[in-house]
Amino acid sequence: MTAAGALSLPRTTATAARVLRQLRHDPRTIALMLLVPCVMLFLLRYVFDASARTFDTIGASLLGIFPLITMFLVTSIATLRERTSGTLERLLAMPLGKGDLIAGYALAFGAVAVVQSALATGLAVWFLDLDVIGSPWLLLLVALLDALLGTALGLFVSAFAASEFQAVQFMPAVIFPQLLLCGLFTPRDAMHPVLEAISDALPMSYAVDAMNEVLRHADLTTAFVRDITVVAGCALLVLIVGAATLKRRTA
Amino acid sequence: MMNYSSRPPEEPAVHAQDLTVVRGSRPVLRGLGFTVPRGRITGLLGPSGCGKSTLMRAVVGTQAKVTGTLDVLGRPAGHPSLRTRIGYVTQAPSVYGDLTVRQNLDYFAAILDPGKAGADRRHDVERVLADVDLTGHADSLAGTLSGGQRSRVSLAVALLGTPELLVLDEPTVGLDPVLRRDLWQLFHSLAEDRGATLLVSSHVMDEAERCHRLLLMRAGEVLAEGAPEALRTRTGADTVETAFLRLVDEAAAAARTEESTR
Ligand SMILES: Nc1ncnc2c1ncn2[C@@H]1O[C@H](COP(=O)(O)OP(=O)(O)OP(=O)(O)O)[C@@H](O)[C@H]1O
Ligand SMILES: [Mg+2]
Repeated sequence: MTAAGALSLPRTTATAARVLRQLRHDPRTIALMLLVPCVMLFLLRYVFDASARTFDTIGASLLGIFPLITMFLVTSIATLRERTSGTLERLLAMPLGKGDLIAGYALAFGAVAVVQSALATGLAVWFLDLDVIGSPWLLLLVALLDALLGTALGLFVSAFAASEFQAVQFMPAVIFPQLLLCGLFTPRDAMHPVLEAISDALPMSYAVDAMNEVLRHADLTTAFVRDITVVAGCALLVLIVGAATLKRRTA
Repeated sequence: MMNYSSRPPEEPAVHAQDLTVVRGSRPVLRGLGFTVPRGRITGLLGPSGCGKSTLMRAVVGTQAKVTGTLDVLGRPAGHPSLRTRIGYVTQAPSVYGDLTVRQNLDYFAAILDPGKAGADRRHDVERVLADVDLTGHADSLAGTLSGGQRSRVSLAVALLGTPELLVLDEPTVGLDPVLRRDLWQLFHSLAEDRGATLLVSSHVMDEAERCHRLLLMRAGEVLAEGAPEALRTRTGADTVETAFLRLVDEAAAAARTEESTR
């Protein structure tokens, strides 16, 4: 019997294993999740064929953005399906804690994100000559935190989506503004002050900043630590709010 | 039908008084009072939309906006300690279509009782697979099964562990007569051999005759409660179906006169 709030490790890992097993029956989704970031990086490398510096900045930023977007989409659809298929109602009538369910999802998609990021980072660093001064392991760490943030956001919005159509539309609504303001297109301090202030409040900005810190500095900078703390804190906060949207009793 | 009258009287499995549920802005259940005795099969019958699924959701504790008294196995409905003691089958099969039947059962078994040894859990899964006659399809994807097969997977999940109370929302819809007979035999053996309590909703009136007890509902209210024979005698009908129709007509007539005298 789990007390409210306390996690049950076996139930969490059983849930994570179940989510991964579901994915395994869907090889096309796995292939898309793993290959699309690589293909995009590859394309970018040759789009910026003449300016390797631009590729460095944009490439590093994208290494942080891909896991966020992918996990956001996958999680929002997966939890929505869980709600509409009745399996969520069944699970919540069983001795499964809400935290177990959410941690299970985070664990499963976190694992996928590690594989996705390892592939993308490896490709970028070793084959596309992405010039990282810091350790590629730190790139991987940021990517993992970004994936958790994506999972958290996806879980959260799925509570407000009544259909797959709506869930997909949350992507432009939640992700695009962050994408525009995160410093991918222009440095954030070059934006209109109002937009800069908004971008300071959006978690993806910190994800991208953290990637760029690793890109430019050989050791751990305080800015980097602050950035990843913000991303991790946001992910945790949104996960907790997301847990609150899971109701055992529904209308 | 069976010799169950010799059991000692005991606290009912479900006891409701003044049970009211609001869905949307409408009251869907209106001040219900009823009991579900232990170790028996209680059938929940009534026209579509009368509130059967809502009542079952209230009993398992997944329905919001429930007021009044609703005690289940000696606890208020929805109490955390009830979650391992109740098996629930939702009206639409609620299993993962992208997992095999066995993977579905393995997962739900792990959620239900993670402390159980792997071998015991596998044994449990084999047992429920045999109960719903799906052993031959254990390794098929649930999503590729027929509708009736999928609803049996959903039933199998509810049979995992040894729930004291089974709440089954139309578990035999879309099944052929042979399977329906087999499942009803299973329900009877669960009640008589294992002492489980079953609350089963149905549209099919001939299934009503197989229940020990019936709750007839109409428009969010309980029209009648009692053994099938008793309901037949009371209304002077040969079948529960006719008895039900007479009760519905009587209630409708009563509602009309009430309306006109107001
Ligand atoms: N999510 C909901 N929000 C608002 N009203 C609802 C909701 N679900 C059901 N209702 C209403 O509650 C009433 C009872 O529904 P319920 O599903 O309990 O009926 P039922 O007896 O199970 O019907 P059926 O035999 O068709 O399954 C219906 O009038 C329905 O319109
Ligand atoms: Mg129903």
